[in-house]
Amino acid sequence: MRFPSITSPHTELPNSVTKTMLWVIIALIPGSISMIWYFGWGILINMLLASLGAVLSEALVLKLRGRPVLPAIKDLSAVVTALLFALAIPPLLPWWLTLIGISFAIIVVKQLYGGIGYNPFNPAMAGYVLLLVSYPVEMTSWLPPRMLAEQIMDFNQVLSVIFTGTLPAGLMWDAITMATPLDIMRTQLDLNIMISEIRLSTLWGDFGGVGWEWVGNWYLLGGLFLIYKRVISWHIPVSILAALLLMAMFFQTLDQETYPFGLFHIFSGGTLLCAFFIATDPVSACTTRKGQLVYGACIGILIYIIRTWGGYPDAVAFAVLLLNMAAPTIDYYTQPRVFGHGTMKND
Amino acid sequence: MHYPSNHANPRRLHRFHGGLHLPDNKSQSTGTPIQPANLPPRLILPLQQHIGAIARPLVSIGEGVLKGQMIAAAQGTISAPVHAPSSGVITDIREHAVPHASGLQGMCIIIDTDGRDQWCELPEPIADVRSMTPETLRQRIRDAGIVGMGGAAFPTSIKVTPGSTQPIKTLIINGAECEPYITCDDMLMRERADRVATGTAILRQLVEADECLIGIEDNKPEAVTAMTRAVEEIGLDRTEVVTIPTLYPSGGEKQLIMVLTGREVPSKSIPAQIGILCHNAGTAAAVADAVLEGKPLISRYLTLTGQGIANPRNLEVLIGTPVSELIKQAGGYTKAASRLIVGGPMMGYTLQDDGVPITKPSNCLLVAGAAEAPAPGPASPCIRCGQCAAVCPANLLPQQMYWHARAKDLEKVQEYNLFDCIECGCCSHVCPSHIPLVQYYRFAKNESWAQEQEKIKSDHARIRFEARTARLARMEAEKKARLRKKKAVLKKKPTKAGSTVDPKKAAIQAALKRAAEKKAKQAEEGVLPGNTEQLSEPQKRQIEQADSRRSDNRQTSVETETQDG
Ligand code: SF4
Ligand code: SF4
Repeated sequence: MRFPSITSPHTELPNSVTKTMLWVIIALIPGSISMIWYFGWGILINMLLASLGAVLSEALVLKLRGRPVLPAIKDLSAVVTALLFALAIPPLLPWWLTLIGISFAIIVVKQLYGGIGYNPFNPAMAGYVLLLVSYPVEMTSWLPPRMLAEQIMDFNQVLSVIFTGTLPAGLMWDAITMATPLDIMRTQLDLNIMISEIRLSTLWGDFGGVGWEWVGNWYLLGGLFLIYKRVISWHIPVSILAALLLMAMFFQTLDQETYPFGLFHIFSGGTLLCAFFIATDPVSACTTRKGQLVYGACIGILIYIIRTWGGYPDAVAFAVLLLNMAAPTIDYYTQPRVFGHGTMKND
Repeated sequence: MHYPSNHANPRRLHRFHGGLHLPDNKSQSTGTPIQPANLPPRLILPLQQHIGAIARPLVSIGEGVLKGQMIAAAQGTISAPVHAPSSGVITDIREHAVPHASGLQGMCIIIDTDGRDQWCELPEPIADVRSMTPETLRQRIRDAGIVGMGGAAFPTSIKVTPGSTQPIKTLIINGAECEPYITCDDMLMRERADRVATGTAILRQLVEADECLIGIEDNKPEAVTAMTRAVEEIGLDRTEVVTIPTLYPSGGEKQLIMVLTGREVPSKSIPAQIGILCHNAGTAAAVADAVLEGKPLISRYLTLTGQGIANPRNLEVLIGTPVSELIKQAGGYTKAASRLIVGGPMMGYTLQDDGVPITKPSNCLLVAGAAEAPAPGPASPCIRCGQCAAVCPANLLPQQMYWHARAKDLEKVQEYNLFDCIECGCCSHVCPSHIPLVQYYRFAKNESWAQEQEKIKSDHARIRFEARTARLARMEAEKKARLRKKKAVLKKKPTKAGSTVDPKKAAIQAALKRAAEKKAKQAEEGVLPGNTEQLSEPQKRQIEQADSRRSDNRQTSVETETQDG
C-alpha cells in the first residue's frame, strides 16, 4: 500500500488563529456589555459598524491584491481590531468617522504592510490616533455614564445621532456630552484645583470615574480569562500595570494634591483594555518574555508621562504605538538563554 | 556503601523549559502481551542501520545462512555488523527501499527464509560478567551489532568506550518513552525487566559509573514496579528507578539528563563531557542478551498502533521484516489508515511504501487515521504569538528561526542557535498559524551542512591552489635566480634580487598556507567529544554529526550525509 509523505509532527493541531481571535472576542464580552450598559447603544452600534467596515475593507484589499479573501476574513483578526477600535471611540461618534478610522486601520496599517502578521503597528490604535489628531473635538466628546446622565437615549435616537447627526428634540450637545474622567481631572488640575477638592464631585467612584471603573473591572476579568486560556501571557499586562502604578505612587508621595493616586490611573481611561487586549496584540508586541516585560513597563511609564505632562488626556494609543516601533529592537536584545549556552546550572 | 535501590522520596527532580502535555494514546497497544511476530518468507537487511560507515557484506548470492550468523561486518571504528535474523538463502544483495525520511534506497541483503529458523553456533555465553575485561565485553557488544535502539542508532560499543577527558559518573537508562502511542520500551520493561537491569549492570561496569538512574515517565507504573523489583533482585547498588513526570519531550537525552540531575549538557557537546552517559532501555536489554547468551541483535520489540491498524499491539519482530507482513499480523489496515509513520507522532517520519523493512532503531509503526493526524492545511502568516517559544524545550526562539530560515538566511538562523533545535516538534504542534516550523529547521540544517561541506571542499581546493601557486612561484623564482646567477657570473656583478625574492615569497605563501590549513581544520573539528581523540578526521566528523542527531529521539536509521571532508 502507498501512503503520502508528510513531515512531523503528525498530530491534530490544537490551536488556530481563528480560535485565538475567538477567545479574545469572548473575553471582550463582559467589558463590552458593561460599556453598553453605562454608555448606551452607541457602543453596540459602533461595534457592529466597525466590524462591518473592517471586514469589507479587508475583503476589498485582498481582492485587489489577488489574495484569497475567505481565509483571511475567517481568521477574525479584522473583527478583533474593529471591536477594540469601537470600544475606544466615543459612543456617539458620527458613522463616517468610525468608518474612516477602521478602514485606515485595516487598509493602511494592516494590509498595506502585508496583512496579518506583518503590521508593525497596532491597527486599532493607529486608526484611533488618526481620528484623535484630525478630529479632536469629536473624539473627546464622551457621554456621561448612565447614573450621571440627565436623559438616556433609546436605540433609535442613538442611531439617528450617529447616522444623521440630529439630536432628539430638546437636547443640546453640550448637555448630553461630557468629558472623560481623565480629561476632567486634567482640566481641573490645570486650574490648580486640589485633587481632594476635585474628588468631591459625585462623578468619582472609589478609584476612577463612576461607571468607568466598573468597565475596568470587567475588562480585567476578561483579561484574566485570556491568561488562563493561555491566549496571552501575564508579562505584558502585569508589567504595564505595575509600571503605571509605581510611577503614580512615586509622584503621589511627592505631592498628593497634584498627582492622582495609582489606582486612579489603573481604573481610568483605556488602561485595562490596553493592558490585556491592546498591548498584548501579538503581531505588534514583543515576543520574548523578558522583552514583554520591558515593553509593558515602557508602555506603563509612557502612559503616565503623557497623561501627566503630555498634550492628551489619555495616552494609551500613543504609548502602544511608540512601543510598537521599539518592539523588534527590544526583542533582539532580550533573547532567552538557549539550553546549553552561557552560564549553566551545572555543578 | 549500599543504598536501597529505590527510596521513598528519592531525588529532587528538575524541569526543562517548555514541553507539552500530550494525550498519550498508549493504552491501545498495551492490552496484549508481547508475542513473537510470524517468520516472514523474506527478510530485507539494510547494510546501514546505524550511524557510521556502512557494513561490508560477508556473504554472496546463493549462499545459505543460519540464524544469528554475521552476514555483514563492521567497517572502521564507527560501524556495526548485521546478522541473519533467521536461516535461509541469500537471494540478492541490492538497492532496496529502506525506512528513512527521505524515502531513499539503500544497499540491502535479502534472505529468503527456509522456515527452519536454525541457529548458528553462537559465541559462548558469559556467565560471570564481573570477571570479564572491558575489552572482551566491548568486543562482544560490537560483534553483536548493537546500536542505540531509542532511535539514534549510534554503535553502542563506541559509546561505552571511556573518553580520555571525563570519567563517567552517572549512567542513565532512558525508559521515559515520552512520545505518545509508543509502548515498546514500556512493554520491554514490564516483561523483561531482569534483562534491562542486567544490561544496565553490564553497561555500568563498562564505564565504571558511580551511580545509575533509570528514568521512567509516571504514565508507566507497571514498568516502574517491574524495574524496581528487578534492580533489587539482581542487587544493583547505587541504582535508582526514578519516576519522572510525563511531559514531552522528557525522553530527549538532554532533557532527561536535566530532569534527573539538573545539569545541562552544553551546546554542541555530548553528555560524556559532563560525566553522564545515556542508554535506551532497549539497548540495555540487547546488551544483556549479547553477553549472557551470545545472541546478536536480530530482533526487537515494536509497537504497531494507530487508528489505521485493526489490532494495535506490540510484537517481537525480526530485524528485516517488511512492514506489510507485520501489519498483516496486527489485523491489517482499517479503513481509516491514511498515514504510515515510523516512530511516534511528534518526531516520526512517514513511509510511502509498506514494503520497507524494520531496522534496529525502529520502535513503532503508527498507522494514523485522518482523525488523529489530519492532513496539514495551508499555513497562514506567523502572528508572532510566541507560543512556539513558550513550549520549546531548548528555549529557542522558533519564530525568529523560521523567519530567517524562510528567507534562506542561514547565517542568521544559526545565530539563533538552529543547531540546538532537537526537532521535537513542540513548536509546530502549538503554532496557531499551522506553520510547519520543524520542516523549515530541517531544511536549514541540511542546507547548512551542505554549505559546510562545500566550504571544506573549497578550502581544500584553495589550499591546493595556493600550494601550487607557491610551488610555481618558487620554481619561477629559482629559474630567474639561476638565470641571474648565470648572467651575474657572466657579468661578474652579482645582484641581490634573485636571492631575496625567493625566500620572502615562499615564506608568505607558506604562512598563507598554514593559516588556511588551520582554518579548514577548525571548521572540521568543531567540538570534539572526549573519546574521539585517537580517531581520524572523517571519523571525528561522523561522530560529531551523529552526536548532534543523537540528542534528539529521532527514529533515523540510515544516515545518508556524505563525509567527504
Ligand atoms: S507559534 Fe506560530 S504564529 Fe506563533 S509566533 Fe510561533 S511561528 Fe509565529
Ligand atoms: S523543534 Fe526545535 S525549535 Fe521547535 S520546539 Fe523543538 S527544539 Fe524548539
